[in-house]
Amino acid sequence: MNRVETLWVYLTATPLLWLTATLAAYVIADHLSKATQRNPLMNPVLFSVIILASLLWITGTAYETYFNGAQFVHFLLGPATVALAIPLHQNWLKIRQSIIPILGALVAGSLTAIVSAVAIGLLFGMPADVLASLAPKSVTAAIAMGISQEIGGQPSLTATLVISTGILGAIMVTPLMNAMGLKDFRARGFAAGVASHGIGTARAFQVDPVAGAFAGIALGLNGLLTAILVPIVMRWFFN
Amino acid sequence: MLEAILALFACQLIGEAIARGLGLPVPGPVLGMLLMFTALQLRDIRLRQVHHSEPLHSSIQSRPIGITSAFLLSHLSLLFVPAGVGIISHLKTLSMHGVGLVVALVVSTALSLAVTALVFAKLSKSTGADLPHTNKATE
Repeated sequence: MNRVETLWVYLTATPLLWLTATLAAYVIADHLSKATQRNPLMNPVLFSVIILASLLWITGTAYETYFNGAQFVHFLLGPATVALAIPLHQNWLKIRQSIIPILGALVAGSLTAIVSAVAIGLLFGMPADVLASLAPKSVTAAIAMGISQEIGGQPSLTATLVISTGILGAIMVTPLMNAMGLKDFRARGFAAGVASHGIGTARAFQVDPVAGAFAGIALGLNGLLTAILVPIVMRWFFN
Repeated sequence: MLEAILALFACQLIGEAIARGLGLPVPGPVLGMLLMFTALQLRDIRLRQVHHSEPLHSSIQSRPIGITSAFLLSHLSLLFVPAGVGIISHLKTLSMHGVGLVVALVVSTALSLAVTALVFAKLSKSTGADLPHTNKATE
């Protein structure tokens, strides 16, 4: 083995390499996003994933090896979820005043997300296990995978669909809301959180702090409601 | 700053312990968020009793917990990257149901965004909760 190979073997055995690569990819993607005035198409999650997936493919690195390093970033999702309590606390007055819009929009949006996904899946003749994996796609991965498992879906497929939904929602929310002429950042943020969980919430925080707070509460509430609604909706469709 | 990080971790840990211990279907971090929120609200109530005045919500921004959480949340996108890279190992399943899944994801996500925001705006107007927050509306 020559020295370059030895060095490579050494580096790939430490978590530092892919941890650094993850941060570097995100810094590049975030700069691209900033340089384009947060253009929704320049989604930092999407671009970081493209950069890193290409790197893994070029170097022939397994995802497990990558995750060994990247898990330190992944780990922070938990504390960041706890941190959503701070904007919730700061905007509590606004949230309390909007309690009826919040509950109404939550039920309507949550049902729309589940029913429309399953209905389109049926139109395309998807098998039952794929439909079950698709139904909880709008909520945060931990909850969605649990629901999927419970109703006979494939949790790993669900995780992929959840991330894809998050990126799609984060990209679509700004142009869609502008096209609809909706300027209320409470409504915009809440929609991002209901339809596209944490990645939508990340987008909302990029745009406006109030939108971020409302996205955060939507993400939490829809996680709970979807866990209740998905089994009921699936019974409607299949009985 | 260190106390703030400790507070976040501790809330999550207690949340995970409660979720596991009681077999609740709620993720531990979500319970941790409720815990942290309750603690912040209680602190406000206590301050109100001591000082007989409304606490300034803006003051939390300058406290370590506010600074730490603002930093974490401003880079929330980064935290989804490792899971996002995981998509590549499932590209095969995705392409198997290719068009259908893509259509289902795009249409369903757009519909739920639109329905949620419209219902929110309608109910907001009809219940008088309409306090449009429209700065930077062109963003």
